[in-house]
Amino acid sequence: MTRLAPATDAGTAASAPSPAHRSTRRRIALFTGLSVALVVFALVSAGIGQLQIPPAEVWNSLLRGLGLSDAPAAAPHVDSALWTIRFPRIVAAILIGAALAVAGTLMQAVFANPLAEPGVVGVSSGAALGAAVTIVFGLTATSDWVTAGASFLAGLATTMLVYLSSRSGGRTEVVTLVLTGIAVNAFAAGGLALLTFLGDTASREEIIFWQLGSLNGSRWQEIGVIAPLVLVSLVFAFVLARQLDLFSLGERSARHLGVNVERVRIVTIVLVAVLTCAAVAFAGIISFVGLIVPHLMRMVIGPAHRGLIAASALGGALLLLVADLVARTAVPMADLPIGMLTSLVGGPFFFWLLRRQRTGAGGWR
Amino acid sequence: MSGIGLGGHGAEVRTGGLVAEHVTVAIDRATLLTDVSFAAIPGRVHALLGPNGAGKSTLLAVLAGDRTPTSGSVSLRDRPLADWPLRELARTRAVLTQEHSVTFSFRSREIVEMGRHPWPRTPAEDDDDREIERAMAATDVSHLADRPVAHLSGGEKARVALARVLAQRSPVLLLDEPTAALDLKHQEDVLRLARAQAAAGDAVVVVLHDLNLAAAYSDEITLLERGRVVAHGTPAEVLTADRIEAVYGQPVDVVEHPRSGVPLVLPVR
Repeated sequence: MTRLAPATDAGTAASAPSPAHRSTRRRIALFTGLSVALVVFALVSAGIGQLQIPPAEVWNSLLRGLGLSDAPAAAPHVDSALWTIRFPRIVAAILIGAALAVAGTLMQAVFANPLAEPGVVGVSSGAALGAAVTIVFGLTATSDWVTAGASFLAGLATTMLVYLSSRSGGRTEVVTLVLTGIAVNAFAAGGLALLTFLGDTASREEIIFWQLGSLNGSRWQEIGVIAPLVLVSLVFAFVLARQLDLFSLGERSARHLGVNVERVRIVTIVLVAVLTCAAVAFAGIISFVGLIVPHLMRMVIGPAHRGLIAASALGGALLLLVADLVARTAVPMADLPIGMLTSLVGGPFFFWLLRRQRTGAGGWR
Repeated sequence: MSGIGLGGHGAEVRTGGLVAEHVTVAIDRATLLTDVSFAAIPGRVHALLGPNGAGKSTLLAVLAGDRTPTSGSVSLRDRPLADWPLRELARTRAVLTQEHSVTFSFRSREIVEMGRHPWPRTPAEDDDDREIERAMAATDVSHLADRPVAHLSGGEKARVALARVLAQRSPVLLLDEPTAALDLKHQEDVLRLARAQAAAGDAVVVVLHDLNLAAAYSDEITLLERGRVVAHGTPAEVLTADRIEAVYGQPVDVVEHPRSGVPLVLPVR
């Protein structure tokens, strides 16, 4: 049964010490660290604000709300502040952070390019444009789903457009991708400006909210819409993970290994659009989460997508939770737009990535 | 190593192989391949030669199923290529493309593991680790297992890619210029490996530029020029001085190797 020739060089055939143990330990450390940090920050974040609530009291309120405790609240308004304002906002931060980070991971996988990100390539602004149309033309009155649906369709169309126009020979060049992003973002900005001009004062404010991004005013009804979209998309992403790994070899080689490239590609693009639009429709444009998080996670646990998708979901949730805490508390009595914060951090990070990509192996790939 | 005697392509010999018949590929107004017939037979190394732009890569893409011919047919084990489910096809034929770069910093071993992708939920899955180790040893990349592929040299990347293709364990191997970017010893290693695979019953198709490597290691050669087959046969039959000069536009002397007797092609300088 020896089909392969014997080792050509006996000395080098000895297997190197396997790093499996090291990487397993890293993986466990990362997932434990992220999960613990997520819980701690969620409890701390819920307690901070105009009404200061100690973490223990937050915990009690949580148990009370879930019917697991009947200890009375230490102060009036604690339960209502937590359950109507802070908890939904925290849950929204977690869901949207996970959605954006996983959308970035998926997009990078299917584009075979570490610089692809829904915000950078214009999917977010395309989705925001779709949402803005429904606002200005008063289509939102019917249901929460109208804005979400319009932003989904616009986001899907934008993803397809970017995908089709920036690829050649089964790969995406960085230059083409970034330039396509510039064009798409410019068009969407123009469209948003036009709608701002056309709209009345109320819709203008809403459009500005979309452009800057904010988790202010998150409600449970919205979470009821986002949560199923995000959770179902995550399940699909996990199912595709192994096949997405093979995209790193180029589409031809992936196909030679039995991957139905066209199908995986389409499903992934739809997932990117669903995740991005779930986020954009309710929180506006929050850029760079999908760029920063997967990149950092890859540095810790490597690029294999099964672990990466899970780590990115946790990391994105944590990043947005912390960013939202900063947005709420950095300036007293003011709520900063969270999209502004992520862009202030993400812009320089993107610049650094670009420089590194250009000077590193592979050049402008 | 001299070519194993070439019999006629009887139907019984073709069974199990990869056969293209009267394949023509045309895009826009250019015709890339014209009426090309080709057979990769189990147990044989079949070299595909020709100058740049002769259509070697196009033919390989047709054989791999990447490109649907404008006319003509391709069948694997007597079944049209288009009728093969992708995963089953991947268990039967493996392809080494010329593109060995990898996005993201996957380690060499992870890349070779990808070669096992067609085999989950089959009995062969149990062999994954053994196949991976074996393929990496055979291509002399075991010591690179933990290195990110992006940091490897061109030749090392090419060998890792070859290890991935070998780990796939498919009985039909299509190798597009596996020796490009390799040093002298590794070139010889790769073709010895191709020979060993053929000796074990695989059908091996290899695109080469080095006529002497083709002469030394292949059982049969198909010579392409501008999308047409100009010659097919044993190395000694195909590689004649007149034909090489006519196809490549370069005068050559063809002499017999003093020890092995295979043709040696020497450009007239």
